[in-house]
Amino acid sequence: MGNVNVTVNGIEVSVPDNYTAMLAARQAGVEIPSLCFLKDVNEIGACRVCVVEADIKGVPMRNLPASCILQVAEGMNIRTNTAKVRKAVKTNVELILANHNRECLTCKRNQNCELQSLCDELGIDQVRFQGEKRKPTIDNLSHSIIRDASKCILCGRCISTCRDVQGIGVLDFTHRGFQTEVAPAFDFSMRDVDCVYCGQCIEACPVAALTERQYIDEVFEAIEDPEKFVVVQTAPAVRASLGEEFGMPVGTRVTGKMVAALRRLGFDKVFDTNFSADLTILEEGTELLNRVTTGGVLPMITSCSPGWIRFCEMKYPEFLPNLSTCKSPQQMFGAILKTYYAQKMGIDPKKIVSVSVMPCTSKKTEANRPEMEVDGLRDVDYSLTTRELGDMIKRARIRFANLPDETADSILGEYTGAGVIFGATGGVMEAALRTVADILTGKDLQDIEYSAVRGLDGVKEASVVLPIDGKETEIKVAIAHGTANAAKVLDAVKAGQKDYHFIEVMACPGGCVHGGGQSIVSAQVRLDVNPKANRAAALYAEDEACVKRKSHDNEEVQALYKDFLGKPNSHLSHKLLHTHYAPRKVYECQA
Amino acid sequence: MMTMVDLNGLKAKALEEMESEGTLRVVVGMATCGQSAGARRVMETLKKDVAELGLDNVNVAVTGCVGMCTYEPILEVLETGKKKVTYIRMDPEKTARVVKEHLQGGKPVLDYTVGHDHAGNLKNLEDLQFYAKQERIVLRNCGTIDPENIHEYIARDGYAALRKALLEMTPETVIDEMKKSGLRGRGGAGFPTGLKWGFAAPNKADQKYIICNADEGDPGAFMDRSVLEGDPHAILEAMAIGGYAIGASKGYIYVRAEYPVAVERLKIAIGQAQQMGLLGRKIFGTDFSFDIEIRLGAGAFVCGEETALIASIEGKRGMSRNKPPFPAHKGLWGKPTVINNVETLANVAQIILKGADWFRSFGTEKSPGTKVFALGGKINNTGLVEVPMGITLREVIYDIGSGCPHGKAFKAVQTGGPSGGCITAADLDTPIDFDNLVAIGSMMGSGGMIVMDEDNCMVDIARFFLDFTVDESCGKCTPCREGTKRMLEILDRIVAGEGTMQDLENLEDLAENIRLTSLCALGQTAPNPVMSTMKHFRDEYLAHVQDKKCPAGVCKALLGYVITADCKGCTKCKRVCPVEAITGEVKQLHVIDQALCIRCGACFNVCSFNAIARN
Amino acid sequence: MPEDPEVNQNRFGTGVGNNTQRRLGNVNDQSKCACSCGCITAEDPRFAELKSYIDSLNQEQGITMPVLQEAQRSFGYLPLEVQKFISENTGVPLAEIYGVATFYSQFAIEPKGRHHIGVCMGTACYVKGSQKVLDKLVEELKVKVGCTTSDGKFTLEATRCLGCCGLAPCIMIDDDVFGKLDDVSRIPDILGKYE
Repeated sequence: MGNVNVTVNGIEVSVPDNYTAMLAARQAGVEIPSLCFLKDVNEIGACRVCVVEADIKGVPMRNLPASCILQVAEGMNIRTNTAKVRKAVKTNVELILANHNRECLTCKRNQNCELQSLCDELGIDQVRFQGEKRKPTIDNLSHSIIRDASKCILCGRCISTCRDVQGIGVLDFTHRGFQTEVAPAFDFSMRDVDCVYCGQCIEACPVAALTERQYIDEVFEAIEDPEKFVVVQTAPAVRASLGEEFGMPVGTRVTGKMVAALRRLGFDKVFDTNFSADLTILEEGTELLNRVTTGGVLPMITSCSPGWIRFCEMKYPEFLPNLSTCKSPQQMFGAILKTYYAQKMGIDPKKIVSVSVMPCTSKKTEANRPEMEVDGLRDVDYSLTTRELGDMIKRARIRFANLPDETADSILGEYTGAGVIFGATGGVMEAALRTVADILTGKDLQDIEYSAVRGLDGVKEASVVLPIDGKETEIKVAIAHGTANAAKVLDAVKAGQKDYHFIEVMACPGGCVHGGGQSIVSAQVRLDVNPKANRAAALYAEDEACVKRKSHDNEEVQALYKDFLGKPNSHLSHKLLHTHYAPRKVYECQA
Repeated sequence: MMTMVDLNGLKAKALEEMESEGTLRVVVGMATCGQSAGARRVMETLKKDVAELGLDNVNVAVTGCVGMCTYEPILEVLETGKKKVTYIRMDPEKTARVVKEHLQGGKPVLDYTVGHDHAGNLKNLEDLQFYAKQERIVLRNCGTIDPENIHEYIARDGYAALRKALLEMTPETVIDEMKKSGLRGRGGAGFPTGLKWGFAAPNKADQKYIICNADEGDPGAFMDRSVLEGDPHAILEAMAIGGYAIGASKGYIYVRAEYPVAVERLKIAIGQAQQMGLLGRKIFGTDFSFDIEIRLGAGAFVCGEETALIASIEGKRGMSRNKPPFPAHKGLWGKPTVINNVETLANVAQIILKGADWFRSFGTEKSPGTKVFALGGKINNTGLVEVPMGITLREVIYDIGSGCPHGKAFKAVQTGGPSGGCITAADLDTPIDFDNLVAIGSMMGSGGMIVMDEDNCMVDIARFFLDFTVDESCGKCTPCREGTKRMLEILDRIVAGEGTMQDLENLEDLAENIRLTSLCALGQTAPNPVMSTMKHFRDEYLAHVQDKKCPAGVCKALLGYVITADCKGCTKCKRVCPVEAITGEVKQLHVIDQALCIRCGACFNVCSFNAIARN
Repeated sequence: MPEDPEVNQNRFGTGVGNNTQRRLGNVNDQSKCACSCGCITAEDPRFAELKSYIDSLNQEQGITMPVLQEAQRSFGYLPLEVQKFISENTGVPLAEIYGVATFYSQFAIEPKGRHHIGVCMGTACYVKGSQKVLDKLVEELKVKVGCTTSDGKFTLEATRCLGCCGLAPCIMIDDDVFGKLDDVSRIPDILGKYE
């Protein structure tokens, strides 16, 4: 693989020979517009917005090829700004607009839409073609994801993400030609198909064809209701992405401002899911050691990712016994809130409204799972995404950048570094290892950074040698992120090729930092910036800055056990903090 | 495993059977067109009566399409030493008579034959003017051999080319010969076949493929169907030769599902070839192994485009892919793949056997060989014709086709189907070849040639082709999916009398955009019918848009019906009018209320006095 | 309630009726089974035959098309149950199977009846009351436009102009044209002629 010399608009550049014309143009300082292009995920040259004029060996191509696909060659001459190209691109955008719901002012992606930006940048000033439009199907029946066909531009980014990145394939192009629509099989609602609600499709969508179901109004209403005591918890990954909603660079850590904003929005208490992340480690660590020492079902698999839980229930029900019975930190928090906290503070739990801010769209459905309640009270009443919190702050006209740094309330707000790193792939595993290692060795180990579980490889393996019942035992662990990778690990375990004690699975590639509820980063920005890496770095930085970095050192968690739960896996812990699963059928007629 | 001796021996034996002294060979055209005309019942009667009369010296065989569709069902009697007798427009009754009087009695039934020439000699098919200027290379076996009998193919030098290639030539020399022959793809684009094979051959891969594109989808085209139904082995042999040349051991034939007879004949042919070791492992005792699988289309015109075809074989929606990379480098399953049209392949064996120079003796310098056309529309002799490149359009339409029926004036001829353009009388003396047709605003296409006369509206024709394209667009890329639809909406408005001059401008802008930026050839050529009719028949478009009139009298919304003084007051029109727009008493002049008239033309059709004028 | 005839003018026969019903209006609530006749059960022996066919392909690549073609040949059409079965036994996601099935004109998601009724919605017929004809047929056959009766006898569709404007309003059943149907009471008798 060497370099070739190409010319872009008269500027000569030397680029690797596997570059496309689009990448070569970037190097020459020209950003060719695109819509369907999503690096490494969807490179199909369908929208025809990135077309250019190109000469190959001095001979002009008779058509305008898609620069996102055209591979460079020595001496290629690329022209992106001729009248011919500008006219062609404008016409293609016009054609997309002619079949598009152009009500931008009332659209969720107003100001953050790749099509809208293109119209602005390319100077689209008319839509000459009026005629038939796509049938305006809106599917808003699930708790998590809304599909609006009137806004779809048939770019295929969601399809490629679901099928190739996640290995599931809930959506595909259906019918043909002008009748083409992106939809689930048989036009089933997203509620009734094998969707895990990971929301990666939302992150991939350049427009508002796929969005999350929002509960902002309900939460504002609860806050205003003087009868209600509204409590909010924030997941670790939120603090690494919220700033992007206000134009900050991808992965800016805004923990302090996030807390300050929540207070100003009027929440009665601002807590932190990291608290219950620490709690989860104590419950799950204990459960793991139990299984290891008493011959329980191994490998044990984490259960904090609701997308992963759904995936397991639908595709790998044989592994349900392997799942930890622990609820996710979100749900544990809610259960503790309406019992321990309510009792301790003398608040009527029926008046508590439990709100969470999550990087996740699947948490909305998780919060609505029938079993996620204690004595008739829902653990979590409303689960919001990072984006929804950003919206609320904007609606309240709070100037985010000017906020001071504040800290979460007690007694459910303390957290250790172990809790923070839950948001990155490998974080749960690392947090668990930190605690399990101390428990087994009986020491306060200082070497607590397990680099083997960090990073963006799809499947990671590690092993730690620890004493169990006096014997040095090699504890073998695996980490998978993205459901396709989860399938790989499970298939290997099923086939007897691999033998682990503990597996961490996150449904989203990169872990929660790239959850379906995080700030949406455009395809163009993604050419230079990797949100997964940047946001994870923010969490690891926060971990490093923490004084306490092991879950069992969390004093508020210690108090919880001492004053209320007793010990991990106690009877009360089981009632409040553990759950069960069942195989899940999909594509069933509701008739 | 066939050795040289075997093939020659089989050939000699088969020839003997087919042409032995005293034997009467009777063939019935049993391609799809023959069958729709009733050939099956003719065949049944023939077999039954021959058996009943105990005629042991009569051999009955099915055969493929001879091209003269209006004469189907066709039955031909061949006797060594005697001139072939062609019976046309047969039915069971006529068949019974032929069996009795000719096959048994030795006397041809003259009334049922093609006719006599000036000297009183009996004519058969080949004597017809229709065939005078044809040169049957691709169709050489169609109508002659029984496609379901491999021995008859062998009798006509079948598989001798494959043997020659495997035993006397290297893959490189095979490709050289193909390059020298100048054979260009007959599917429409006209890309040099030898070059294409040459691109695939050097690519290293653990598997390569050769695919026969039998997804003939142009409305009005049936050249490939005729070859598959009449001479399937020619395709198998060619694919094997191609496989040898590029290093592929697997071939696919992608046939459209609407061709059941072709599929059946191919299955039989493949089975027979496999049985004889002409397909399979170590053919002719060499290291070369090659096998062929049939894959059916499922009703998508776009799958005739090579990358969409590949997607279809891969089990996906037939959505086209960007080129480059070209299939010769990265095709089916990402492997080097050569895709050739049926007609292209049908030339290969003969080129290898008889040499590139022989092939070049037909046609023109830049387009050697012949081309099969499906002649249809407003033409007296519809059917399949194979002519050398370089023949003029005038010769095909008038000498072979015998011009437009009912004395109507020729208006245009459309070649290339929905991807092509129309050619006017001014260009009829153009010698047919790939480049000339492009130069005059059309293209060769796969071979559909539709003639139009003064009663055709060119705007309506353009709308028809565009409607087809909109239905068949795969929907992947913006310009084709959205653009052709918008063009169609504009044309719908124009033929409904609601078009504006701005519409014409938008039509041209859209056409240019779709041509330049569509992902595949379906989209890139979709605007051609509109653009070429706008160029050559702009006055018709202007009449529709400015005058709200359809000069050819086709677009219903633009027609006005007026009852003239010739009206006899018979009241027929009044009774038939669905909206009661006609008033008048018996024996009195009737009147059409133009405000109520919905232009359905029912009155016009029913008037026996030609008293209704239409414009 | 008769459907808007414009909606059903689709020549592909790929389950237009079923899907466009869901696409009309806002909320896409699931709904009736794609299996109109309601009679393909899990015990149907054709499933075992289909499984044999799939297995015989020996895990070759790209078998979706041949499998769908075989399934259509066997079951006559490709409802949810059949496509689910194919998905489970080939590992191809159901959405992809459905995407392929709806792409090609030859695949039918809805069963086609033994007889095809086309109600002409051209201008002449429309003006003469073809909507009433359509309504009567919907009532008689107890089927929606674009769909097939539960006994598999008739498929009812709205068509473009049949070219028999003098006989307006008219319908076509298979190759037979019936005109002057402004008296809709004639319809039951006409239907009775067909097996």
